[in-house]
Amino acid sequence: MNSLEGVVVQIQGLSSSAGDISRLHVILKQAEESLRSESTRLSPILNQLDPSNHSLGYLYILEACTSAPVSKEQAAMLVPYIARFISYCAPEQIRLAPEKFIAVCKRFKDQVMLLGTPMRGVAPLQAAVRKLQNSSEHLTTLHPEFLLLCLLAKCYKTGLSILEEDIFEVDQPRDLFLYCYYGGMICIGQKHFRKALELLHNVVTAPMSSINAIAVEAYKKYILVSLIHNGQFSTSLPKYTSSAAQRNLKNHCQPYIELANSYSTGKIAELEQYVRTNGEKFESDNNLGLVKQAVSSMYKRNIQRLTQTYLTLSLQDIANTVQLNSPKEAEMHVLQMIQDGEIFATINQKDGMVRFLEDPEQYKSCEMIERIDSSIQRIMSLSRKLTTMEEQMSCDPQYLAKAGRERQRFDFDDFDTVPQKFNI
Amino acid sequence: MEPEGSPSLPMIDEIHSNGGINLCDGDVDDEPSIDGTNTTTTTNNRPIISSGEQLDVEAYGGLYQGRTKIMRLLFIAESCEGNPAMRLEALRMAHDEIKKGENTQLYREVVQKIDGELGPNYAMDSAWCDSVDRRADQKKEKLENELNAYRTNLIKESIRMGYNDFGDFYYAHGALGDAFKSYVRTRDYCTTSKHIIHMCLSAILVSIEMGQFTHVTSYVSKAEQSPEALDPVTAAKLRCAAGLAHLEAKKYKLAARKFLETGSELGSHYNEVIAAQDVATYGGLCALASFDRAELKSKVIDNVNFRNFLELVPEVRELINDFYSSHYASCLDYLGNLKANLLLDIHLHDHVETLYDQIRNKALIQYTHPFVSVDLQMMANAFKTSVAGLEKELEALITDDQIQARIDSHNKILYARHADQRNATFQRVLQTGNEFDRDVRSMLLRANLIKHEYNLRAARKH
Repeated sequence: MNSLEGVVVQIQGLSSSAGDISRLHVILKQAEESLRSESTRLSPILNQLDPSNHSLGYLYILEACTSAPVSKEQAAMLVPYIARFISYCAPEQIRLAPEKFIAVCKRFKDQVMLLGTPMRGVAPLQAAVRKLQNSSEHLTTLHPEFLLLCLLAKCYKTGLSILEEDIFEVDQPRDLFLYCYYGGMICIGQKHFRKALELLHNVVTAPMSSINAIAVEAYKKYILVSLIHNGQFSTSLPKYTSSAAQRNLKNHCQPYIELANSYSTGKIAELEQYVRTNGEKFESDNNLGLVKQAVSSMYKRNIQRLTQTYLTLSLQDIANTVQLNSPKEAEMHVLQMIQDGEIFATINQKDGMVRFLEDPEQYKSCEMIERIDSSIQRIMSLSRKLTTMEEQMSCDPQYLAKAGRERQRFDFDDFDTVPQKFNI
Repeated sequence: MEPEGSPSLPMIDEIHSNGGINLCDGDVDDEPSIDGTNTTTTTNNRPIISSGEQLDVEAYGGLYQGRTKIMRLLFIAESCEGNPAMRLEALRMAHDEIKKGENTQLYREVVQKIDGELGPNYAMDSAWCDSVDRRADQKKEKLENELNAYRTNLIKESIRMGYNDFGDFYYAHGALGDAFKSYVRTRDYCTTSKHIIHMCLSAILVSIEMGQFTHVTSYVSKAEQSPEALDPVTAAKLRCAAGLAHLEAKKYKLAARKFLETGSELGSHYNEVIAAQDVATYGGLCALASFDRAELKSKVIDNVNFRNFLELVPEVRELINDFYSSHYASCLDYLGNLKANLLLDIHLHDHVETLYDQIRNKALIQYTHPFVSVDLQMMANAFKTSVAGLEKELEALITDDQIQARIDSHNKILYARHADQRNATFQRVLQTGNEFDRDVRSMLLRANLIKHEYNLRAARKH
């Protein structure tokens, strides 16, 4: 009891300046064990502390509170506390103990899921992510947790806002895999297939020493999204893919590769037949919806091909060429595509004719100029990033040591002063 | 049709005449008859492969000699299923030719095929077979003995002659593989370039008969590398052989070039392989299928040398001229007429379809090239097909990017479409920018991951 009171007093007293906080940190670390043992009695103490000023102390106590498995009622009680804490806590303080913060947030997520209301966790976790990040390019362990909650709560748009940022710094590879996988799923949900393809591509080609289940699942979705977005799929992975992935991924995704092959023949009846016979496999991977989207994308592809060859075409002819059942269906498809902006055409219902138009984009408007300009800016900043990275690398002692070892021994032309053996 | 620029009246008439009355002067006297009273030829080479009429087997056979004559006649017999008269004629001629030679294997085959349909004279003559075989064995022994004698004497020239005789012997008896080996063996004993050329020509002959055209190409190049200048006949022979090899390899452009370079001194000197008419036909058709307009004009139409060959097959000459002057209907007519007989040709038969398709596609492309818009009905008349069929063909060509146009299916008009360079460039630029962006970002991410893993490993090591 005494030690507990003592801890509270310390927290309240030493939470004002940076120097005090580091002393507090040391004290808290020592008191960790005792806190854990008193986990059941900690909840009332939380009322004595202010989350925004005493964030570090609050964090430690919260962590000790939740270290034991909680029941539903306890979870219902704890969840608001944690949510309040996350919204009010001070980022500098919690960054001193990131693992604790992550642990608390993870348990928060579990509790929210236990209660069956993932929606409650979305906003707090978004705030948590922002507070934990060193910079907007930093990927924390909380990112995938946040995206998972978004998926479960079907709040795709919130997830998208996080996905807009570019990631360059990663803590744990596993975080990246999960982040890209969930992110891909969110983008598929929002029909942003290009971004989904990019994220899934990152998972599949990431350096990994051995194959993992996330990559396998991601590859399955990658095949399907590639068919929907590009209308084609090539089984050869780029050179920079890890050898583990190149060897093993295809073996685990055989039905999907055969689907892609069937797609490339261009015969819709065959494709649908294949989907019907292998329905359970796709169903068990939860990919049946995506597969159906892939099949319908084939009609779109065929109609798009027609726009290259014809100026006007009757609906009957379209139905025949694309293997639809009736001109009515053809009209529905074309109408849908016009609305989605995938083709430019006008339908003349009197004659039953469709007139295909050229893309009206003339690339002369202000928006287009702005777009091009912003692209140029982005790429320039990326180039700068690359250059700084290269400079850093060239000064790195380990790199120099290795390069120095492999240098030519006799180089008469350049007498540079890098020593041959570099011992640091 | 709306041609670009102001049309002059005669041009419109000509354009209309494609679908209408056929005013080409080529086919007015195109009534080839077997009695050779055709006025378009001057030499005594009758137009053998001629329009519509059946192939005159006797005249055809008369063009060739040696083993190729037999093989060609047998091929004709095999291919003309529906024509028993022609088949029997071919078999009869083959039989007579084989009897003049010493190939009992072929003889047995032919007799089996004839199956007694030609009467008692053409039944199996076992006595002849046996006597020929016996003579063959004796000759073989004799040759072997002679060769051994020469070999012990180490006289190069005699050894070379010995192997040559062996080669001839095997060739006459149908053992082509052995013949080839014997001819190739003479290589070590060749002293002058004449010997080498002789060896190459023999090897080429046997390879063509065997159907191994890779050897043909290598021996042709070997012969052409000879330091002495080749006499025109030999040079022409080598060109023909090279052309045949390219034809078999489906390299129609190269084949056409080789055939067009063949000198007219060839005449009938190479008729154990190929006749002058064949050079004209193969060369003309391959050129038509693979050359563009400029090359067609310079290498075929203005080629004085090749004109001599084209005189022998006036149909091919006419159809090339028609193609060049855009009289597509008559050109395709000639082609249609020639087709049946070309399918009976031993070297060309499996290329006929491909060549015809290519020629037809070229005609379609050339037809649409000068116009901004083309009425599909008139075009269908010009090509003697239906509008629907024409539409399908054009669709295939447009998808293949060989014609830049779009079809107005409602009004049945083809509109030329010139890609807008500016828009296309903008699109490409934006796309490249996006791809670069995406790739660099993933690259930086991967670099970060690798660095992380490296650090982990380094940390673990310490």
